[in-house]
Amino acid sequence: MIGTGLLKGLAVTARNFLGSFHDPRRFVTTQYPEERTVLPEAYRNFPFLVSESADDPMGTLRCVACQICEKECPPQCILIEKSADKKPDANGKMQIYPAVFAIDTSVCMSCQICVEVCPFDAIKMDQVFELATTNRFGGLLLDREALAKPDSYFHRIHPTEAAEVEARLAAGRKAAQDKARAAAAPKAAPAASAPSVQPPAAPVAEAPPPPGTAA
Amino acid sequence: MNAILILIALVTLGTAVAAMAGRDLLRSVLLLAGSWTGVAAFFLWAGAEFAAFAQVLVYVGAISMVVLFAVLLTRRAREEPARSPASRARACSGVLAGGAVAAVLLAAVARAPLAAAPGPAPAVTVSQLGGELMGPQAAALLVAGVLLTVALVGAVVLAAGDRPAKTEDAP
Amino acid sequence: MRPATTYDPLLERAPVVLRDWLTGGLPGPARWLADSLITIAALLAVFGLLFAFLTLAERKILGRIQNRPGPNRTGWGGLLQPFADGIKMLTKEDIVPRAADPVLHFLAPVALIAFSILTFAVIPYGRDLVPVELDSSLLYFFAAGAATELAVFMAGWSSHNKFALLAAMRALAQLISYELPLLLSVVPVVLATGTLSATGVVAAQAGWKWDCLPRWVVFTPWGAAGFVIFMISALAESNRSPFDLPEAESELVAGHLTEYSGFKYALFFMAEYFGMCALSGMAVTLFLGGWRAPLPALEFIPSYAWFALKLLALLLGFIWIRATLPRLRIDQLTRLAWKFLLPLALVNLGTAAFWSLSAAWAGPFQLVRWAAALGLVVGPFLLLSRGLASGLAPRTYRYA
Repeated sequence: MIGTGLLKGLAVTARNFLGSFHDPRRFVTTQYPEERTVLPEAYRNFPFLVSESADDPMGTLRCVACQICEKECPPQCILIEKSADKKPDANGKMQIYPAVFAIDTSVCMSCQICVEVCPFDAIKMDQVFELATTNRFGGLLLDREALAKPDSYFHRIHPTEAAEVEARLAAGRKAAQDKARAAAAPKAAPAASAPSVQPPAAPVAEAPPPPGTAA
Repeated sequence: MNAILILIALVTLGTAVAAMAGRDLLRSVLLLAGSWTGVAAFFLWAGAEFAAFAQVLVYVGAISMVVLFAVLLTRRAREEPARSPASRARACSGVLAGGAVAAVLLAAVARAPLAAAPGPAPAVTVSQLGGELMGPQAAALLVAGVLLTVALVGAVVLAAGDRPAKTEDAP
Repeated sequence: MRPATTYDPLLERAPVVLRDWLTGGLPGPARWLADSLITIAALLAVFGLLFAFLTLAERKILGRIQNRPGPNRTGWGGLLQPFADGIKMLTKEDIVPRAADPVLHFLAPVALIAFSILTFAVIPYGRDLVPVELDSSLLYFFAAGAATELAVFMAGWSSHNKFALLAAMRALAQLISYELPLLLSVVPVVLATGTLSATGVVAAQAGWKWDCLPRWVVFTPWGAAGFVIFMISALAESNRSPFDLPEAESELVAGHLTEYSGFKYALFFMAEYFGMCALSGMAVTLFLGGWRAPLPALEFIPSYAWFALKLLALLLGFIWIRATLPRLRIDQLTRLAWKFLLPLALVNLGTAAFWSLSAAWAGPFQLVRWAAALGLVVGPFLLLSRGLASGLAPRTYRYA
């Protein structure tokens, strides 16, 4: 009969109206800024620099100013200037560090290529999006101090990725330690056996080494 | 009371004169609607409420729409407003026709037995009016209905009949 | 025998007593003038505030129906939103196109709002609360409503904009088409009550049948059908969804309002909402018993409160319908008016005539009367709807 469709439609809207007061499925608005949407872990906005420790962010940057990310960045929004001196890195080796590391977030397109090409896991993607500023001409240019954030922060925002990076770095450190010990040990022992130099283990495929192996 | 009558008369006649003297056709139609509202105000002043509201409802509410549609839907292009009288013969015949109508109206007004001062408004209720329309004046009502039907049918025929001619003119 | 009146006279007469207290000291003609001015001011204040909060209620209810909150940032859950909108409208630049007709462009919203406000004068808001008592107030109401249509045309024409003119013609066609079912659904009420005066119609709906069913027009078969036809026509007359083709944003820009900005735009919307309120008020008066209470026990609530409740219920119904139904095309809505509503309204007139003539039937014949009236209402509706919708639904989609 004509009109029954209209009445059914009116019933649907009435149900939506009454449901919006008690049923979360019928009231899907997140009242920003009082409530925040939970972002997925893989959400990314602009990059940040990883420091090993929170106490000395400038001193413990993983970045060694190799400038690969600067060259690979498609819109060329990264500016790096190498330092004149060297500082010891996490493994104790003397490395140069970036005196100037600036990213222009008004240009950055969040393509993540800088993260993919960094050999030192020094630059990762951040999740902060509330970067609006009233300063048009420099407010969106983030310098080294603004970009450096501790590794614990990286663990908090990207747990899975951080665990994987941690494992890889630990494996790398372990392999380096084993190699150092293996290089030191045959000097003491007679040099009869063929140099059994193990090739360095492929970082990604290898499982973390069993704890407590003694050389 | 006379002041109100003079005011109503000025408004009614003034808008009618402006409508007839104007060049823009649509502005004339709207001024004419103003003139009809003046007539309704006159009815109200004379105490005929029903006639006043019926005048507004029918004239301003419906007939003005009819005139507007007729004007807008039958215009081919935005014609230039007509210039002042095309020829002297036209002007003379215009003056003669206007003069003749004015003479007839003035004679009718002069000869009618009008009271010197406005008398009390007759207390006619709407139900009495309805009874009159349905009883003694029913014939007039039916004739008006037939007239309107004929006009409607004629309008439909005119509008329908225009279409074949238009397609012939189209390139 | 029930006692004559069970209402509280003090509460009922409170507005009139207040007005008399304010103007009591003035001499004769000045007092009449002061009374009228107070009435006008009260009407404008009440309906102005109603308009403001109706826009807010509409946005919030529409939002809740659409699973979102609606405006809730401007002060206490959004209550100051209408005032923020008012300030915005007042401070916007008033742009008049160079080619537009300045006199008509200015006059159109003025004429529209003037005639819309004029319609408020004859609605009985309470037992003693009619601004103007006229013998033929219904005719006055619909005459003032008809004059608003001319203002719509003036708006479209004076903008000197093809789209505005086209939309104004469409709006005019819609308004004229629905004028007829609107008036024809009122004629049975006039027929049954024998009076053209709104207060007379409310007076004729007094009393209760069997002490529980009020004698409102809507509780008769022809009254219910007339009420439905009146509401549909009222939706169309106030350019309200689903008949808002003339002013919808996706249709011809903004229709006849395209070249209006700032306060004139606000006036157009105010006129639309005033028209909605006035037509709802008239529907309450004609069909829902005006300011009368539905049950004898509830008569202690003042009459103007009952009127306000019924008016708000109808307005919320308008909002509900807007949230639910999609827009009709111009050919669909004119077809609805001429081929569906007009025949049904004429048949309704016949049913009302039959009802009036058979009022004296006794006893079991009353059941026959009700059955016949219901048949006369439902039968043509079914036949006409089946006949008109025969080729339309359900759609068969043929894919290439």
